[in-house]
Amino acid sequence: MPVFAGTFFVIEKGRIVKKLTKLAPVILILVLLAIWELVVYVADIPLYVLPAPSDMINAFISEFDTLLGHAATTVSEAAVGMLISLVLGIFLAILMDALPAFKHCIYPILVVTQTVPVIVLAPIFIIYMGFGYAPKILTVVLMCFFPIVVSFSDGLSEMDEGYLNLVKTYGGSKLQLYRIVKIPSATLSLLSGLKVSATYSISGAVVGEWIASQSGLGYYLIRAKNAYMLDNVFACVLMIILLSLLMNGAVKLFGILVMPGKRNFFSGKLTE
Amino acid sequence: MELQIDRLNFSYGDRNILRDLSFTVKEGEFLSILGPSGCGKSTLLNVMAGILPPQSGSIRILNSGITSSGERVEKAETVQGMSSHFAYMPQNDLLLPWKTILDNVCLYGEIHHCKAQMKERAREQMAIFGLSGCENKYPGELSGGMRQRAAFLRTTLCEADIYLLDEPFGALDVITRGDMQDWLRKLCSSLKKTILLVTHDTDEAIYLSDRILILGAPGEGIRRELSIPEQNRTREWLYEQGSLRAEIHRIIKEKRGDQNACD
Repeated sequence: MPVFAGTFFVIEKGRIVKKLTKLAPVILILVLLAIWELVVYVADIPLYVLPAPSDMINAFISEFDTLLGHAATTVSEAAVGMLISLVLGIFLAILMDALPAFKHCIYPILVVTQTVPVIVLAPIFIIYMGFGYAPKILTVVLMCFFPIVVSFSDGLSEMDEGYLNLVKTYGGSKLQLYRIVKIPSATLSLLSGLKVSATYSISGAVVGEWIASQSGLGYYLIRAKNAYMLDNVFACVLMIILLSLLMNGAVKLFGILVMPGKRNFFSGKLTE
Repeated sequence: MELQIDRLNFSYGDRNILRDLSFTVKEGEFLSILGPSGCGKSTLLNVMAGILPPQSGSIRILNSGITSSGERVEKAETVQGMSSHFAYMPQNDLLLPWKTILDNVCLYGEIHHCKAQMKERAREQMAIFGLSGCENKYPGELSGGMRQRAAFLRTTLCEADIYLLDEPFGALDVITRGDMQDWLRKLCSSLKKTILLVTHDTDEAIYLSDRILILGAPGEGIRRELSIPEQNRTREWLYEQGSLRAEIHRIIKEKRGDQNACD
């Protein structure tokens, strides 16, 4: 049956193309790493200038326990900072939505806080708050709360006026309007802001630690850099990347937990 | 019970939309409001539903003696009081996409803290509204007609005496719209509620109403009032109403100035 065989081949071909498209970014990274490895060996670049990917992996494995210990500090700072940002962000966004005058006053200030480089502010925080966790957490908050506030307040204000009128004609109070309609509907856009924040949170903590600390990945980085152990530096960067992705994944999981109906959100698709 | 609209005024800036508009609606009557785009049909319904504040005039329900006057001080309280008499249904279904159909239709109960009883009543009504088995589905999983029926169920669960329907089938395709009109006709005879329907669709108005009000240009007010005789209405009957349809079109279109046609 030639027609049948032809169809079969087309489907197979489609599947292969689909698989290849999915694998493409992985392949690209592997190719780039291979080129990097090759360049380091062919040009005989010393370790303190540029370690090969293989050196980096070796360092990651041998230093794994130490890295994990420091990661615990960094992750806890990032998580506490995220939590504070979330509470602060939600509170500010609702206040901004409910009181347009407040939004008008506070919004420029929020934008200005984002224009000052964190690397300038972090040492100042340490002068004010000492060498403990507080200045690191504040650095994380400074980097993380802005995407949360912006995404959530945009979500609140983009609400279709029809829904607001509906609740109004049903005799709903302003509080009910927020609880029943506005907050749940803005949660989807909050999640996208939260994902950005989660990805920043580890970097925020690392910047804080970089200035002054006794533990954490930032502390490890500065020690390894001063000793010209660039393989360890790169291993630590790899750890930071993995943790940032982990935070991002945690937000996605949080999203699925708070919004089980999200699959059908505005999709209009028949899923059953 | 009788609904009295007395010299109602509303304007956007210096553009008069409603000027001294007065009419009455009897209990159990199905009244349709037709008119060119921008003549204030939807504005009228929005004022009645309490979405827009009336600038002057009154909306009165005889027997209950509640007045929504245009006076600033009294307004909030009286509109709040009025909203329990009116159930408003807009053109879009406005179902909350993250809530199941059952939770959606019980919105009024959720707001007034009687969700549990309302859920029971909603379950009983699901079949009548052609929604059996959809209790736990999300709006995104239903067709446009089903969503509109769910929105209508939500409206009927408001325990109001008067339904305000603002082009409820305007967003549906022609065939679904026809089905929905047939369905609404049957439902209305059993509901025995007072209904105000704003529509663009002349056939819909003829098919469903006891009486039709045709509004003129903005600020002009009621141009004509037509009673549709009580009859055994079928689609065939509707097809034979060509002269009535033509007359309505002629009334809507006459001396309309720079207004654009919409029907």
